Formats: sequence, C-alpha cells, structure tokens
Amino acid sequence: MSGRTARRGGWNAVGIAVFVVSVFPVFWMISTAFKTDDQINSLTPTWIPTHPTLQHFRDALAKPYFWTDVKNSLIVVAVTVSIAMVLAFLAAVALSKYRFTGRKLFIVLVIGIQMLPGAGLIIPLYIVLARYHEVNTLTGVILVYLTGVLPFSVWTLRGFILGIPKDLEEAAMVDGSTRFGAFARILLPLVAPGLVATSVFAFITSWNEYIFARILLNDGSKQTITVWLSYFLGTSRETDWGALMAASTLTAIPVVIFFLLIQRRIAFGLTAGAVRG
Amino acid sequence: MGAILGYPIYSLVRISLERYGLSELVQHRGVYIGLHNFGLVLHDSVFWHTLLRTVVFAVANVALTMVIGTLIALLLVRVSTGVRLLVTAGLVLVWSMPPVVAVQVWNWMTNVQNGVLDYVLTELHVGNFFQHNWYTSTFSELAMVTTLIVWGALPFVVITVYAALSQVPRELIEAAEIDGARSWRVFLDVTMPVIMPVLLILTSLSILWDFGVFTQPYLLIGQPHITTGNYLMGIYLFEEGYVRANFGLGAAISILMLAIVAAMSVVYVRRMLRIGEVT
Repeated sequence: MSGRTARRGGWNAVGIAVFVVSVFPVFWMISTAFKTDDQINSLTPTWIPTHPTLQHFRDALAKPYFWTDVKNSLIVVAVTVSIAMVLAFLAAVALSKYRFTGRKLFIVLVIGIQMLPGAGLIIPLYIVLARYHEVNTLTGVILVYLTGVLPFSVWTLRGFILGIPKDLEEAAMVDGSTRFGAFARILLPLVAPGLVATSVFAFITSWNEYIFARILLNDGSKQTITVWLSYFLGTSRETDWGALMAASTLTAIPVVIFFLLIQRRIAFGLTAGAVRG
Repeated sequence: MGAILGYPIYSLVRISLERYGLSELVQHRGVYIGLHNFGLVLHDSVFWHTLLRTVVFAVANVALTMVIGTLIALLLVRVSTGVRLLVTAGLVLVWSMPPVVAVQVWNWMTNVQNGVLDYVLTELHVGNFFQHNWYTSTFSELAMVTTLIVWGALPFVVITVYAALSQVPRELIEAAEIDGARSWRVFLDVTMPVIMPVLLILTSLSILWDFGVFTQPYLLIGQPHITTGNYLMGIYLFEEGYVRANFGLGAAISILMLAIVAAMSVVYVRRMLRIGEVT
C-alpha cells in the first residue's frame, strides 16, 4: 500500500510542476505589472513585487486612445452578442424542430464556416465591406464578427434545444398555450443556460479577435483594444514593459471573469455538440 | 443566414478570378482574368516553400499539443483531487488569455535584454542563454511561436481528453490489471479505443487551427521581421494580398489554403454530419 501512496505522491509532484509551468506566464504578467522599473529592468528577476506600484497602470491608461478603444471593443462586443443571440436562437430552433430542404447543406455550411481559418476570409470580407463603405467603421467589424460567431452559436444552441423533451412543448400546447406561449414559457427558460453560455462565448471571441479588426480599422480612435495592445511595442527600442504588462492585464481581465463564469458550459457545449449533437 | 455564410465564399471565388488591386478597390469592380492568379501563385516558389513550412509547423504543433495534452490528462487521473482541481483551475486561467495578450507576455519573457526564459534556462544549466536573441533564425522564431501556441491550446485538449478518460470503465482497467497486463498495454487496449473518437476530433480541429494561424506568428515574430523566408500560410496571404493590395492574388492564395484545409478536415466534417443525421 505504501508503494501506491508513494506513487500517488510522485504524480502529485508532477501535477504541481505542470501547474507552475502553465500558469507562470500569467503570473509573470501580473507580477511585472506591479513591479518598480528597477526590478523590471534588473538582470536578476524579482519574482514577487515587494514594493507594488500602480504607476504602470496609470501609464497604460494615460496612453492615447486606451479608453476610446476599450469603448469601441465594448460597443462591438455588445452589438455582436445581442444580434447573434437572436439570430442564432431562431436558426437553432428551425434546425432542431423543423425539417426543411437544404437542412443538411445548412449544417455542412455551419460546420464548414466554423472550421475555416479566419485568415482565409480577410480578402473577400475586406473587399465587400469596402464596396459598401464600411471599412474603418465599427459596423463593418460587427458584420464580420457576426459571420464568425453565428455558426458556432447556432451549433451549440441546437445542442441545448435538442436536449429539451419535445413532449414538454406539446404538453404546454395541449394545455391551451399558443405556439408562442409555449415557446416563451417552456422553451426559452430551458434554453436560457445555453443562451448565456453561447453569448459569453461570443463575447470572448469578439473581444479577443485580432486580424479582422487589424485590417478593417485604421484610425487609432476607431480601433479595438486588441489592436491597440498589439501596437503597444511600437518601434522604439526602449520598451516600457511595466506599462505593457499592466495594459495586457487590463485587456485580459474581462475575458478571465467571463471565462470563469462559463468554463464548465464551454467544455460541455463543445463536447455536447460533438458527442450528443 | 445562408447569405451571411455563403456570400463571403462567393466573393472570394469571384475576386480570385479578377485583377483586383488598389484602383479596382476604388472603382469597386475587378477585371476578369480567368485563372491567371492561380497560375502566378502555383508558379511561385514562395508558395511551395510556405506550404511546406506551414505543413511542418502545423504537424509539429498538433503533435506536441496532442501528446502533451493527453499525457497531462492521464496525469490528472492519477493525482489527488486537490492537485487535480489546482491544475484544472490553472488551465482554465491559461485558456482565458486573449492571444494578443499572450503574445505580449511572450515578447516580455523572451526579450533580448533580460528575458526571464533566458534566466531560467541558464539557472537550470540547460546552457548559457544570457541575453540570447530568440528571433534570429526562422527555426528559432517558429519554435517560440510553437511554445506560445501549444501553451494556449493545451487547456482545451487536456480538459476534453480528461472528460473522455472519465468515460473509461474503471472495472475494465482493473480487470486488465488483475490479468497482469502492463500499464501501457492497458492504455493501448482499454483506454485508447474509448478516447479515440475524441482524440480524432481534437486532432483535426488542431490541424485546422494551426494551419491557418495568423495572430501569434505575425505579432510574435513582429511585422518588421516578417520575410518570405519565415512566412506561414496565413501571413503569406495577408502580406501578398492585403498589404501589397493585390487582392486577386490574395484571394487565389486563400482558396488554395482553404482547399487544403477542407481536404484535411473531411474526417471531422463527416463525423459531425453523421451526428447531425442521427438527431
């Protein structure tokens, strides 16, 4: 028995090592953000900021366009998520409840688009948006994000809707509820967790997106926060690592919070979509 | 819905058959030139070198992600509950890092002056990495990109494989152990068949993601240091198509890239379709 305990202890040690290595970059980012410049520039690293300072956060916030671009990101994300949820929900209901011709094609399209690397679509989306004068506008970016977010949302929501027993909805209608009543009172509450999960997924995807925002938005005042952060290094040789890490931390915070909220749902949604459909 | 999804593809095909540069962008209409763009791309050695580099890069990234991910998942089965929760929490934290943020952290950890990676490697006596420049050769650059991508991709793989592992019947493993099977035989004959479908899906998903990757290599290598010598497919079409405003050519490259990706993802799509038919 003691051999077994010893082996378990060994595995635990390996597990802790895996933990330390994997979270180190995140720890290093946060720790750097609070260090003094001397500690940051020293050749011997300081692991824990002994005299934490908020100076780097102040510097980062004072950089041009930080707040403007945070606001842009919030607008883009909010609009994308709300439109995507309404459209995706309707599409998912149609996909799961009704049989229609071209259903199979639609599913292929949904999966296909979801699989395409975003980089492959920058040219046509850029050209099309230029044609409608939506380059360098948030509207253009929102349209692009919708094409990106919709397929996944439809697919995941469909999984949730399929999990609802059809009898439940029928029972409500037998009891004299209208189709809409059954929808609002039975279907909607049961899909609510799915809606929350997919909307937060859409939030994270559009908050993190980089390449389309990079090619579509040229003005500093029109950019999103990821593009702002990507230009931080600039061309100067002297990098303000403290402020860069402070800005990185700030950019990551909303995502981390939302991710923690739905982490179970995401793993579930993906595997549910895959295994149970 | 169909229009939202189909229109970009339709435009992509159309533009690939046209001469579409800056002046066409202003006039909003291209000049039809047939398959000329495809001919240009396929006769360009840069395309073939980039394709080869991207394939090698993607295979290396996928293999590392899948092997390390499966190993960590197997480890999670063996550790005590507390350690498992700790590792899972750490992985979720890593998972939630936006790619651009991760790139900046990597920039900081591997900077020439006092990158912490140099310090740690030197302290561990791996070699003398004092003020080592990680971005001098294509191999070294792409190796750094690989560490970044594998790090970011691991949480999803580990958590999904772990979920699959918990589907393996405990009695089956114990029975095999009682019968005297060695642990790797138990893994190959009992565990593997159960988690195989999940591994397949994860592998094809990873191939797609890593083949078309853009953000991490583009930002970590850094735009000024991007050359035809370190192009990956996504960067190649971005530079040739968008930056040089040669949209027709870029569209042709996109189609070739998407065709390759589509061919590789047939396994995945067919699997998903089968599931779609059942329900």
